[in-house]
Amino acid sequence: MTRYFIRRFLQGIPLLFIISIILFVMMMNMGDPIATMGGRSMVRPEDRARLTRQLGLDKPIYVQYIYWLIGNDWTKSDLDGDGIAETTGTRRGILRGDFGTSLVNRGVPVLQVIGERLPNTLILMLASEVVVVLGALLVGIYSALHQYSAFDHFITAALFVGYSMPIFFIALLSMYIFAVLFKRWGLPYLPTVGMFDPQVGKTTGQVLLHMILPVTSMSIVSFASYSRYIRSTMLEVMGQDYIRTAKSKGLPRPEIIFVHALKNASLPIVTVVGLDLPFLLGGAVVTERIFAWPGTGRLFLDHVSRGDLPVVMGILMLIAVAVVVFQILTDVVYAWLDPRIRYES
Amino acid sequence: MTIEATHIPVLTQDELETPPLSLGELTWRRFRRHKLAIFGAVVLVLLFFYSFGGALFVSEKYANFNDTAQHLLGPNLMHLFGTDTIGRDILARTIYGGQISLLIGLFAVIVETGLGIVVGALAGYYGGIVDNILMRITEAMLNIPEIFLLIVMAKFFGGKIPDISMLGRTYSGSVILIVLIIGGTSWMYLARIVRAEFLSLKENEFVLAARATGTSNFRIIFLHILPNSIAPIVVSATLGVANAILSEAYISFLGLGVQPPTATWGNMLDGANNYLDSAPWLWFFPALLILLTVLSINFLGDGLRDALDPRSRTV
Repeated sequence: MTRYFIRRFLQGIPLLFIISIILFVMMMNMGDPIATMGGRSMVRPEDRARLTRQLGLDKPIYVQYIYWLIGNDWTKSDLDGDGIAETTGTRRGILRGDFGTSLVNRGVPVLQVIGERLPNTLILMLASEVVVVLGALLVGIYSALHQYSAFDHFITAALFVGYSMPIFFIALLSMYIFAVLFKRWGLPYLPTVGMFDPQVGKTTGQVLLHMILPVTSMSIVSFASYSRYIRSTMLEVMGQDYIRTAKSKGLPRPEIIFVHALKNASLPIVTVVGLDLPFLLGGAVVTERIFAWPGTGRLFLDHVSRGDLPVVMGILMLIAVAVVVFQILTDVVYAWLDPRIRYES
Repeated sequence: MTIEATHIPVLTQDELETPPLSLGELTWRRFRRHKLAIFGAVVLVLLFFYSFGGALFVSEKYANFNDTAQHLLGPNLMHLFGTDTIGRDILARTIYGGQISLLIGLFAVIVETGLGIVVGALAGYYGGIVDNILMRITEAMLNIPEIFLLIVMAKFFGGKIPDISMLGRTYSGSVILIVLIIGGTSWMYLARIVRAEFLSLKENEFVLAARATGTSNFRIIFLHILPNSIAPIVVSATLGVANAILSEAYISFLGLGVQPPTATWGNMLDGANNYLDSAPWLWFFPALLILLTVLSINFLGDGLRDALDPRSRTV
């Protein structure tokens, strides 16, 4: 089995190369990063040419890719424009852990830029993932056990609505009801934008308060697919022979449901959660934009619009690596939880 | 599942002589029982009627006509859905925006299905190195969340296509661009489904027979194997329309989609959150229409899945 996972791991490496090449090529038209650098002052043509050379943007795309990948400290490049390559580069390349420096925040390492935002995204995304999984387990199991009951029919239809709900609709609607209308009616209302009230400061209570609306909106949307999934795996497991055996032995119903059935039904759920977790790193672009949440999704959006290739590539590659790693981890956990599964070939 | 003897249906002479139902009749029979799917189909027809029939009553000029003196008016008798930030009638814009949104959904799915079928069929049919390369690319694209891919692609191709005139109307060139981008970022799941179908179907005798009679690979792929895997493709394409409409809405909401003055339900929402408390009608009506459309398509797709492909489970 170890061999299987080592092979999976090795297969992940070319995959990451393909991803990085596809993305790098698509980044080539992101707009002119230098145009946004000067701020209000016009950049002089000679400065522009110098900046272009300094940032290595004058090089052909494959050279830029190689520099991004393995750095340029092994070669010399021409910075003063006299045609002679004389300056040794300082970048070490992503393979040696150097993600480069942000073009927008001049000189700040990409990992630091992302690292500042990542915790914000993670508390938001993990909170909603927990809400979703717990809620979906409750609803999914309940409606599977009461299949075709009024509750089951109602919840099936309601889940369809949630599943089809564009995130901005539920977000704007909940903001309107719980912030605008509640305020208008003189009720206690929820904050809509940002992570904390600047006048109060970044306290735990403030952050929790500001998390309520975004977490609710995101949960409602992804809640549906999870519950539907749990309902259907639970239904499948409840029809198995070992459940009938447990019933005929006269075991108490809660024990059958939570020990015998749930244990087996949770296997596919582990897979779904495991495969979704890496995507949480990227944050929710639309949600973070609406709620002005300072997470990676908004970072991505801001830096895409200003052509900041190192940061954008950094975010996407972090997600890609996480996806590959989590796919393998999910397989490991799955094999560990379910002794019937053997990865041999 | 045990079947008791009394439940075995006894065929009467009459039933034995009735010709067997065709696939279409069988599908319709199963589909008809799915009440939510019928509901979805009816709502969809109404929505199409709303955006294409509505065009008979209001002109596109009116939808793009702005009267800044009348900006941000709430719903009233003159403007049933109110007016937007520069005084355009929102009702008229939802009608014309609906046309674009629905068409983007349909055409993006055509692109998506075309790409998915070609990639999946080639990978599944030829196997080996072709399969390896195509599936690695598919996997690579699946590893990036769709919204990120959409944004990067919209940036990559953005601002290149000039406006186009067709049937006496001018469209922003970004409409075509968005269709291609949405199609180009969503074909991966379909390619996997098609590949799996091809992997099992190509082992069948009818493929061997076709090959023995000297049928070309092209004909085997598209005339022999593909028609046999049509059920999951139809289901996935139907649900794909909903997904494409949502994608258009997200990308336009972020301001990277179809550019004004051409209205879509998505770009009508761009910037609407700045008027959250003062003008809720800005976002309420277009977002509600998107929800209705996506919901009906999902109902329809679910019904189609049950009818066409009873073995597959809904997830």
